[in-house]
Amino acid sequence: MARDVVITGIGLASSLGEGIEAHAQALASNTAPVIDSQSFTPYPLHPLKPLELDKQIPKKSDQRQMEPWQRLGVYTAGLALDDAGLKDDAEAKSQLQVIVAAGGGERDHAVDAAVLTGLRNANQPGAFLNERLMSDLRPTLFLAQLSNLLAGNIGIVHGITGASRTLMGEEQAGVDAIRTARARIAAGQADIILVGGAYNAERRDMLLLLELGGFLRAADFAPVFARSDAPGLITGSAGAFLVLESAERAAARGAKAHARLSHAGAHRSRRQPGSVAKALDELLAGFGPVAADALAISAATGCAAITDEEAAAIAKAAPGARRVATGDLVGHSLEAAFPVSVALAAAALSTGAANEAIVTGAAHWRGEGAARLVKA
Amino acid sequence: MSASHRDSQGRPIVAVTGLGIVTSLGQGKDANWEALTAGRSGIHRIERFPTEGLRTTIAATVDFLFDRSVSAPELSEKLATLAAEEAVTQSGLGEAGDFPGELFMAVPPVEMEWPQKQELAQAVDGDADYDALLRVAARHKHQAMHELFLFGGVAEHIAEKFGTKGSPISLSTACSSGATAIQMGVEAIRRGETEAALCVGTDGSVHAEALIRFSLLSALSTQNDPPEGAAKPFSKNRDGFVMGEGAGALVLEDYDHALARGATILGIVAGCGERGDGFHRTRSSPDGKPAILAMQDALADAGLTPDDVDYINAHGTSTPENDKMEAMSCSAVFGERMATLPISSNKSMLGHTLTAAGAVEAVISLMTIANGRIPPTINYNTPDPAIALDVIPNQARDAKVRTVLSNSFGFGGQNTCLVLTAGPSAA
Repeated sequence: MARDVVITGIGLASSLGEGIEAHAQALASNTAPVIDSQSFTPYPLHPLKPLELDKQIPKKSDQRQMEPWQRLGVYTAGLALDDAGLKDDAEAKSQLQVIVAAGGGERDHAVDAAVLTGLRNANQPGAFLNERLMSDLRPTLFLAQLSNLLAGNIGIVHGITGASRTLMGEEQAGVDAIRTARARIAAGQADIILVGGAYNAERRDMLLLLELGGFLRAADFAPVFARSDAPGLITGSAGAFLVLESAERAAARGAKAHARLSHAGAHRSRRQPGSVAKALDELLAGFGPVAADALAISAATGCAAITDEEAAAIAKAAPGARRVATGDLVGHSLEAAFPVSVALAAAALSTGAANEAIVTGAAHWRGEGAARLVKA
Repeated sequence: MSASHRDSQGRPIVAVTGLGIVTSLGQGKDANWEALTAGRSGIHRIERFPTEGLRTTIAATVDFLFDRSVSAPELSEKLATLAAEEAVTQSGLGEAGDFPGELFMAVPPVEMEWPQKQELAQAVDGDADYDALLRVAARHKHQAMHELFLFGGVAEHIAEKFGTKGSPISLSTACSSGATAIQMGVEAIRRGETEAALCVGTDGSVHAEALIRFSLLSALSTQNDPPEGAAKPFSKNRDGFVMGEGAGALVLEDYDHALARGATILGIVAGCGERGDGFHRTRSSPDGKPAILAMQDALADAGLTPDDVDYINAHGTSTPENDKMEAMSCSAVFGERMATLPISSNKSMLGHTLTAAGAVEAVISLMTIANGRIPPTINYNTPDPAIALDVIPNQARDAKVRTVLSNSFGFGGQNTCLVLTAGPSAA
């Protein structure tokens, strides 16, 4: 009864560049990652390779009304639409549903610093704060910051008039976006969905949030599964969007299917030792036997204990699989981490580098997800 | 077991078996219904933070839950908890802490707030820039702030408290978020993934910066005196919305599942419609096309026609643009009937509860059906001649209401409409 769901569009951009080829090549050859160890010391991160924004966001006025994470997302959404052959298909774009995994906007770091410094000596802190914010906040800042405005900008820039939904909640938002998109198409509630997310790592406000909880690695780059000396995230700027489509619809329009997304699942449990391994074991077991030559792509964080549990779950479900950590290629991109990982898997299947892939991801704080891709 | 029931498209029917609400008018359905039908406003002067230098000094904040200052996620979580407790208790579904269904939550986007940043800044010598804050954070003595300001935090805590199943959804479609939470619950039940869903919209995010941001967009009413007169949906002198806080919660359940356990059916979520608007970041398409299509989609999804609708629960924000666009779109959908079809805005009393609005107003719509009484649009003293509507001016009205269209339109081109009907047994 459930319909097959295929991936007909892949849009990817990261520190490695943009597009399927660049990423498939890095995946195949274990290319050394691009790391900036200086700008945000002591926190290394993977900076975005600059994009020629005009290629996907022709109007400067549109570019100006967005923040870097939104531009990255709109750009990769455009790549996915191009790849799927939908950019000029007005009919498809009126049906196309959009699901975005998003965080929030970037603070104006200079304004915040000036206000915080001034607040310490203000006689009337409340009035001081009001005065400064009324004069220093850009009126459009709020719009650039709203979580759902990545989806809004995708609609405006690419002319999509189908409905959009924005899921929030760090890594798990990316898992649930993919899971929900797949389920809606499989059940016949939608025929075609653009789904993904984008994350700008090059911002101190997000580093601050993650460091408050002690989740950042403050040491030189080390591979995700080899960080026991200083466990934690190394973040990376990355965006990924996928066009998911019912197999019938894709076939009817003669679209190339990169892969079939056969499964996508999510789990939530109170974290305790073993809970991540158990959650991923259950999710992966539900997908059925995994081929011996499968590719295993992990969106693992590098955070203590849970990363080892994820490794154990992958080894159990797919002992013969080649395991690749997305973080070792492009860094960890929170909301975008799972979509980027699924996009990498789809690229590997599309280029013939793999016949089957599983994707896993245990979020740094809560939530676990997994997906399986097979040849279309 | 009776034969299974299906809607006009052969799908499971989605029943409502529990409702909960908290707003500036009070906690619970009874308190809110009494105030709403009496035409009382929850909008008042802001006391939560100093308002010196602000153009808008009023809001419909919920001030009766804490006697200390709290962050937006803390208040949003408390509001959601209270609304969900009321809804789950009414539904009688599951056991305490073990709700047998999934969670769909509309939550306001969060970020670190000024009090917490100030706390970090206190530990800094010299300029309190982000590098300095990062050095304080690296001592890991403020770990609770991380969890507090995660986007997924509120829904995670509600999932833990109520024992919902599956991966909890935190979502935003701006001012239509609450309706989208309901829509996602409806879809999950129709897919057969879950037999029940707890759908919540919550928003407790009125703080100085949030208000200033809306103010800088010229979106807020500046007619601060008297506060309760500021929200004037569909009036000629409307000049912006008033921020509000609150939460609405619905227990949705597969109709047959609810029947089998003898639950009271409070209503049906018969249809949902949504459309994007690739027009502008804050403004709606001047032709109202996406809103028109969203309403028509919702009716088609419900297998109903415009003639079946007895009442429209308007988005009705009291901004010049929304109310004009909404009235025009309704006229396009309902034709000449729009002159006499009742349409009222709860926001005239509650302000705009933003992320929560779609859920709060769905709860009120279902109470409207149950009580056969339509809450008024208050402050309707200067009709806008360009918008000829029956807005239930100033006083509640008794009416037989079986089918409600509830509209939600948001920044970023989000248009979501719900069709809510009485249960089949009330036929």
